[in-house]
Amino acid sequence: MTVSRRMLLGGAAVAALPLRARAQTAKIRIGVLNDQSGPYRDTGGLTSVICARQAVQEFAARGFDVDVIAADHQNKPDIGAGIARQWYDREGVDMIIDVPTSSVGLAVGAVAKEKDKAYVNVGAATADLTGKQCAPSIVHWSYDTYMLSKSTGGSTVKAGGDTWYFITADYVFGHQLQRDATHFIELEGGRVLGASSYPFPGTSDFSAFLLQAQSTGAKVLGLCNAGADTVNSIKQAHEFGWTAKIAAMLMFITDVHALGLPVAQGLTLTESFYWDLNDRTRAFTDRVRPKTPNNWPNMIHAGCYAGTLHFLKAVQDLGIAEAKRSGTAIVNRMKAMPTDDDCFGKAYIREDGLLMVPSYLFQVKTPAESKGPWDYYKTVHTTPADEAWRPLSEGGCYFVKT
Amino acid sequence: MMLGFTRAQASALVAMIAIIIVAPAVLYPVFLMKVLCFGLFASAFNLLIGYVGLLSFGHAAYFGMGSYVAAWTAKNWHFSSELAILSGGATGGVLGLVVGWLAIRRQGIYFAMITLALSQMVYFFCLEASFTGGEDGIQQVPRSPLFGVIPMQNDMALYWVIAAVFLIGFLLIHRIIHSPFGQVLQAIRENEPRAISLGYRVDDYKLLAFVLSAALAGIAGGAKSQVFGIATLTDVHWSMSGEVILMTLIGGIGTIFGPVMGALLFGALETYLAQFGDWVTVTQGAIFVLCVLAFRRGIIGELGNRLKLAL
Amino acid sequence: MVMIFGKPLILLYGQLTLGLINGAFYALLSLGLAVIFGLLNVVNFAHGALFMLGAFVTWGLLTYLGIGYWPSLVLAPLVIGVLGAVMQRTLIRRLAGLDPLYGLLLTFGCALVIEGLMRNQFGSSGVPYAIPEALSGAVNLGFMVLPRYRAWVVIAAAVMCLAVWLVIERTRLGALLRAATENAPLVQAFGVNVPRMVTLTYAAGAALAAFGGVLAAPMNSVNPNMGTNLIIVVFAVVVIGGMGSILGSIITGFGLGIIEGLTKVYYPEGSATVIFVVMVIVLLLRPAGLFGKAA
Repeated sequence: MTVSRRMLLGGAAVAALPLRARAQTAKIRIGVLNDQSGPYRDTGGLTSVICARQAVQEFAARGFDVDVIAADHQNKPDIGAGIARQWYDREGVDMIIDVPTSSVGLAVGAVAKEKDKAYVNVGAATADLTGKQCAPSIVHWSYDTYMLSKSTGGSTVKAGGDTWYFITADYVFGHQLQRDATHFIELEGGRVLGASSYPFPGTSDFSAFLLQAQSTGAKVLGLCNAGADTVNSIKQAHEFGWTAKIAAMLMFITDVHALGLPVAQGLTLTESFYWDLNDRTRAFTDRVRPKTPNNWPNMIHAGCYAGTLHFLKAVQDLGIAEAKRSGTAIVNRMKAMPTDDDCFGKAYIREDGLLMVPSYLFQVKTPAESKGPWDYYKTVHTTPADEAWRPLSEGGCYFVKT
Repeated sequence: MMLGFTRAQASALVAMIAIIIVAPAVLYPVFLMKVLCFGLFASAFNLLIGYVGLLSFGHAAYFGMGSYVAAWTAKNWHFSSELAILSGGATGGVLGLVVGWLAIRRQGIYFAMITLALSQMVYFFCLEASFTGGEDGIQQVPRSPLFGVIPMQNDMALYWVIAAVFLIGFLLIHRIIHSPFGQVLQAIRENEPRAISLGYRVDDYKLLAFVLSAALAGIAGGAKSQVFGIATLTDVHWSMSGEVILMTLIGGIGTIFGPVMGALLFGALETYLAQFGDWVTVTQGAIFVLCVLAFRRGIIGELGNRLKLAL
Repeated sequence: MVMIFGKPLILLYGQLTLGLINGAFYALLSLGLAVIFGLLNVVNFAHGALFMLGAFVTWGLLTYLGIGYWPSLVLAPLVIGVLGAVMQRTLIRRLAGLDPLYGLLLTFGCALVIEGLMRNQFGSSGVPYAIPEALSGAVNLGFMVLPRYRAWVVIAAAVMCLAVWLVIERTRLGALLRAATENAPLVQAFGVNVPRMVTLTYAAGAALAAFGGVLAAPMNSVNPNMGTNLIIVVFAVVVIGGMGSILGSIITGFGLGIIEGLTKVYYPEGSATVIFVVMVIVLLLRPAGLFGKAA
């Protein structure tokens, strides 16, 4: 009696689970894995999915079927890795794209490496994806900590901001940014006067650290944090009447939009894409804007578009059977073919998986300078592609021959 | 009677083992392994609340630290699977000794709040300490070979190991409950002053139960890090402490099979709802409210009550 | 520059003031917990969620109805007070006579539901709320620059705590409340409507949490998780202070805020854990808490 009841319950649970293997079709499936409810849902989120779909749509006329699925990893590495595992194992996903938050980005990287599946990371900042934790099936698009530090740190010193104070989120990513930025600041002859690290997550009041920063008289306040923390620290700096420069080490146009120009004006930050950069970026933005009117594309969204497009081109070139078989094969083909798209123009993917594009140091316009919606940036400094990124020999990627 | 099982329990046990053997043919083995880890975790937690009457609101600390240490030893000292998992258990036990020693000074809700606060402290420690990798966690944990020889790369090979770990832990808990020691624990739960007046050193009993529960939670955590190859802050976060309470509550506090059933339902629920924003949390909360108000015995408890059987 | 233990005095003063502000929130929340626990014997895990709802109601009043900060200071606690009364009537009341642990689990469930719903609705990154015009800017006190709004928070919270203390210790209503805490059936026998008093007490505790939420709204972004991290710290505060005394929870709240502030000066990395360390020490020396009656 007991046994059968238990069996019944067990059977019911089994029947309820959507976990059975799906039949493999000759269709290419792309999974957009990112934060859709948390602090990075505007910097990536649904707009990333829309941009990936945009690429598929523009590519559609060329022969094979493609579909795009999406999931929310909640910024937790174990959840992200779990979804990736299931996608690659059971859902027939051939390529995962976006994956913001370094911890999740690396965790998914480990899965992609283990299963030999293609993985185009756009959203995560960590330079380890193409360095110590690289894999032959990983491509890293749009930005990393090295490129941000070099541009925002080094170029700001060139522009006169030579004494710094850091407010740093006390975790791996925060310290990595601070260390890298300090390196470039000192390289350009600047000085770091001090730094405060604060418990992360859970700190929302930065006034204490702002007071400390103010007492040193530094010319630039460097923010080594991200998302809501960056927004909060800028707001509070404004409240304390902070008059010197603020350099946000990781910030996107979407964050600037959330802050509003009255508070954000004068900020410096680095991106590799801006919608108003040239005719091609404007053309791209005009195409996707109707689908995401309240959230214009930033460099992550642009990367999701460009990465998907280039992946599809490589699949077509390689043939669908081979593309489904090996992530390394498809990524090798992506590296072999030059990239060309409206967001980043002509570029190429380096041996370690890094996309070689220029980085731009932007300053946020004043409300008076801004002429229309999302007209937020003026370019302060451009670092050409061959100087913007970590030299190939310094990354420590195991399969790179130096 | 075998190992202290009644006939009904013995048949349920046989059924459970049969399900464990058959299930991977139908279901995704990684999912099943997760359920087994959570089932052991919930059973360990149940040892404390169901048989000593202590509500620990900080069991994530032992689960999570077990997971971290198992991952660390597997990755850096190349421990084989079983040693890595055991090192997780040892960590849980030691941590449980410290926390238990502090927490059993108070009872009831104070006990709950103290364990919660201390586990939050462990969480912050894991966030700051360098060996845990902070936000990144410990990643790329190798699935080390069993006994140093049998390879574990294949999901099914690992599945049998995890199933064995679960069954050993499960039977051990059952054995503890039915030992003279377990009988004293239940006496303490029913009437602590009387147990004291009978001459039992109640605090020693409680502490030992706490340490055992924490050690088994650590083993469950260590097993989980072997399955997923990753140990992260999720495992030490307070919400994990809440989840294990929920699993035990749904299944039935103070029943042997309840926590396992709870873990299965919980795992299915989580997998199902993962795609719908934050409905997991909402559903969890609603189940909490429902169970506390109308369903305090839980599924297995209710079933046992109907059938007049102890399950 | 004057230095104390190698840190500039300016910094020390600054951190002490900021610690006081955090302490104000600890005091407000642990006070509400103590009031509710005293009469209902329920540890209200939903307190953090109610605090968060208070902030969201403030934001909603401005965004949807154009009602500003000052009226919200009264309206938001009222709204949340009513919600609290409903929660008590429909849910918590059913647990009368059971182990208080069930109350803890029930309110924990409520907190999960409330926070989950808010996250679904507003995402977890939060919504902004501007500082009221009259309180924006900062004053230079000579030793530090103090934002006006923060000064207001400390004063408002202190006044509120004092008012609650006066009501409970110095009025007839408070006397009844204390009497009912000791022996509810007896008070009922004297013709007092105890069930209504219980409901109102829970509502008042919820309103206190919401008041804290209104104060917090302009300082940080209003987000669904703002209460959770706070409530666990407040639990530690309660364990340290002992749940017995109203004055105890106020003093402990402010005191721990200051200790936390000092830690931020001398050892920032420890500022998240210092309260838990204090809790461990207090548990070793005085298991019943600083102001608690021995069990």
